[in-house]
Amino acid sequence: MSTQTRGSMVAQSTETQVETQPPAPRSRDNAAGRMGDKVFAGICLGAGILILVVLAGVAAFLLRDAVPAILASPEELGRETSFWGYVWPLVVGTLIASGIAIVVATPVAIGIALFISHYAPKRLSQPLGYMIDLLAAIPSVVYGLWGATFFGPLLVPMYAWLAENASFIPIFGPTYSAAGRTLLTASLVLAVMILPIVTSLSRELFLQTPKLHEEAALALGATRWEMIKAAVFPFARAGVISAIMLGLGRALGETMAVTLVLSQGPLTANLLNAGNSTIPAEIALNFPEAFGLRQSELIAAGLVLFVITLVVNMLARAIVSRYKEFSGAN
Amino acid sequence: MSKSIEAIDLNVYYGDFLAVEGVNVKIEPRTVVAFIGPSGCGKTTFLRTMNRMHEVLPGATVKGQLLLDQENIYGSAVDPVRVRSKVGMVFQRPNPFPTMTIRDNVLAGFRLNGIRMGRKQADEIVERSLKGANLWNEVKDRLDKPGSGLSGGQQQRLCIARTIAVQPEVILMDEPCSALDPISTLAVEDLIGELKEHFTIVIVTHNMQQASRVSDKTAFFNIAGTGKPGRLIEFDYTDKIFSNPTEKATEDYITGRFG
Amino acid sequence: MTTTSVDEIVPSKSSLTAGQLPRWTPLAVGGGALVVSALVMLLIGFNLPGWIVIAWLLFVPSMFVATRAVEGHQAGVDRLWTVLVYSAFALALLPLVSIVVEVLTQGLPGVVDPGFFTNTMQYATSLTDQQAVEAGTDIKGGILHAVVGSLLVTLAATVISVPIGLLTSIYLVEYGRDGWLSRAIVFFVDVMTGIPSIVAGLFGAALLLTLVGPQDNLMGFTAACALSVLMIPVVVRSTTEMLRVVPNELREASYALGVRKSLTILKVVIPTAISGIASGVTLAIARVIGETAPILVTAGVATRLNANLFSDWMMTLPVFIYRQLQNPTAPAAPGPSLERAWGAALVLIVIVMVLNLASRMIARAFAPKKTGR
Repeated sequence: MSTQTRGSMVAQSTETQVETQPPAPRSRDNAAGRMGDKVFAGICLGAGILILVVLAGVAAFLLRDAVPAILASPEELGRETSFWGYVWPLVVGTLIASGIAIVVATPVAIGIALFISHYAPKRLSQPLGYMIDLLAAIPSVVYGLWGATFFGPLLVPMYAWLAENASFIPIFGPTYSAAGRTLLTASLVLAVMILPIVTSLSRELFLQTPKLHEEAALALGATRWEMIKAAVFPFARAGVISAIMLGLGRALGETMAVTLVLSQGPLTANLLNAGNSTIPAEIALNFPEAFGLRQSELIAAGLVLFVITLVVNMLARAIVSRYKEFSGAN
Repeated sequence: MSKSIEAIDLNVYYGDFLAVEGVNVKIEPRTVVAFIGPSGCGKTTFLRTMNRMHEVLPGATVKGQLLLDQENIYGSAVDPVRVRSKVGMVFQRPNPFPTMTIRDNVLAGFRLNGIRMGRKQADEIVERSLKGANLWNEVKDRLDKPGSGLSGGQQQRLCIARTIAVQPEVILMDEPCSALDPISTLAVEDLIGELKEHFTIVIVTHNMQQASRVSDKTAFFNIAGTGKPGRLIEFDYTDKIFSNPTEKATEDYITGRFG
Repeated sequence: MTTTSVDEIVPSKSSLTAGQLPRWTPLAVGGGALVVSALVMLLIGFNLPGWIVIAWLLFVPSMFVATRAVEGHQAGVDRLWTVLVYSAFALALLPLVSIVVEVLTQGLPGVVDPGFFTNTMQYATSLTDQQAVEAGTDIKGGILHAVVGSLLVTLAATVISVPIGLLTSIYLVEYGRDGWLSRAIVFFVDVMTGIPSIVAGLFGAALLLTLVGPQDNLMGFTAACALSVLMIPVVVRSTTEMLRVVPNELREASYALGVRKSLTILKVVIPTAISGIASGVTLAIARVIGETAPILVTAGVATRLNANLFSDWMMTLPVFIYRQLQNPTAPAAPGPSLERAWGAALVLIVIVMVLNLASRMIARAFAPKKTGR
């Protein structure tokens, strides 16, 4: 494709380079130039259509490979249940992990974003912003490594305490993992992972709040918090919601942090012990060795994950477009 | 090289909306014609049809004929790009290319079209165009500095230099002084007087003193109300328009009794 | 900024400062809370996290009550939220700082192992690892194959994604306007942004499975295709943004000089936006170079150097980290594997950080010059 672009430009320049006499060289391109314009427009259009084709391809390939497993009987799959019986515990595990992550991360992320945008001294806020951006770029496998070898073991005393004193709540105990490789650890690692993402998007929005609105609030004698409530939040609401949804989407699809941290097992309510799994972790652990119907089953699970993230993204878009009219943003 | 322009029953549309209706006007070579009229009356819209810049906007179309020395620029086989290289344009706000030096800005019409030329010839064109735009003395020592570093008035004259470098037949100016201070405005107005010797110039202006200072003929556009199309009300020698207009609407406008 | 002046307290007594808590109040309340908390800890057995948590739980309401009592309800609420915002920041710093510290302290020993950058894992076996643990010999094995693999796969993904992404953005901004096709493309690019990376990996595997058949499809190029699915939407989004902010006046200036649309785009629009585009592409590269999951299911794992994208399994840095942790070379002595994993993590982070900083520098260095007088 790049050669075609070049081709069209060559056609033009050979047309036009010759005449170099005063008064002024004038482009003599007509047919070739017009053609070049059309070719270029066509190439750009082609690239756009290619994206649609690729996405259609993603859907088609996944469907094609997933259907055999979805239709297969329990005997063919070699387990007691059909595909849906296999996948729903994974779906629940995925939703629990990302749910905890987003609930933990959101208030903290908004707090940091506010700190950077409105509370920190001006000369600190820019370096802090850079730092958060850099943290957002740390690869997930590093978070997984940190969670499995450092953070998980660190949490074990807390798990022990919870299992001892709070096991009347079913999610805490009564047993706990001595290595800290639990769904709760995985969820907290996910929370740490999405923290910089949500923070960095929210901070951008908070900083974009019109100065005029802020000063209007302050001039009326509002405290800093009242100013934030009156001017900053209404302006940024839609964007922050979409940032949270983006973080949720990230958490849902996140593979490595969970795979490395969690010691997988069947679905259980106890978040303090090994057990539970998520779709991405299940695929990553089993796909390299899978073949035949098992591979198809994993691809079908991937398709389910895709549908879930798609729904989350659509929801985010719907919310954003509903709020957009009121926020005055963009 | 300077050419006449004639519009015959020209209607200008934005989508379905008729913006300017039934313009008939003939502009002689080597004259300055000013378009005046209230905001939204279609002066700029009509000006932009004269080098087919109008159709750059989505959904914008034109019906009727616009003759550049008897050739209809809206003929079916006409390439708008060719029209624009014959009819240059200077915009309301100075818009030098920010990635280019002053020198490259002047040569932009050639460089962007992939036309190659020798260093000597390029230097000649740069000097001639900048001198033509009364900018040479101010920038000759810093031709390799970015064009966006100049003052607003200098930038606008750089844009004029860029336009005359490709030696068009006609130069269209869309309120070229509206973003400039009075001194820069004076410099540009003086320049228009000199450019008239070589080019046909059409200038849109909100400033009636400017119209009376620089133009030979003046066209007054008006609009009956919002949602109605703009029309050419009167076109005559500038002296006549400003001293003894035929139409009542023109008189109201220039004496400030308008609206 | 303007808001900080709200907190500043002029030392002299004036009507404006009357009835305010002195500036040292937070310190005093904080100190008090720590002391009380320490006493509580002494009763139930001391531990550091508990001490800080209880102190914090005491500090927040005390600050609120104290401020409210002296300065009124409005100021009390403001103070409460100020404390909470500062706390959120402090809380978030802990894990983030801990990651950086861990990667540095654990990673440096791995990085300084002889041959860490020049060796592959081909001759590092469970035997050499056990020797290293028992006899204290040098840890063998390195990340050369993974670095080469990462660079090649990412390069291939970039070569695929950037032209497609760039041209699509040009279509969206310059040609498509608001037609149904461009709205469809924008919509589906958004959908693509949400594709989980592991699903992109599955797609890459399935696509190449169809093209070249099972087993042959496990190669670097497959991984590059999978990464492209993740990279294209990022490139499209950032480039579209950058092209949109190019002022229309420049396009019109170019058209008015009789320059064709394609040349206007190539010579005016893109050069004006190039710094933003390059910076966006660099960020996209930084993002995909750290991806693990899609590579795991497409390029597989390898212990030897493989510089051919089109055949055989290929190692990349993230997968290297994953494998060393999940399947240590010597299951009985995972120490050396862990050291290599941390070393590779440090290298990976450095690469990502350098790319991020490069992106900023590109954005700054090639931005159109604003002044020049």
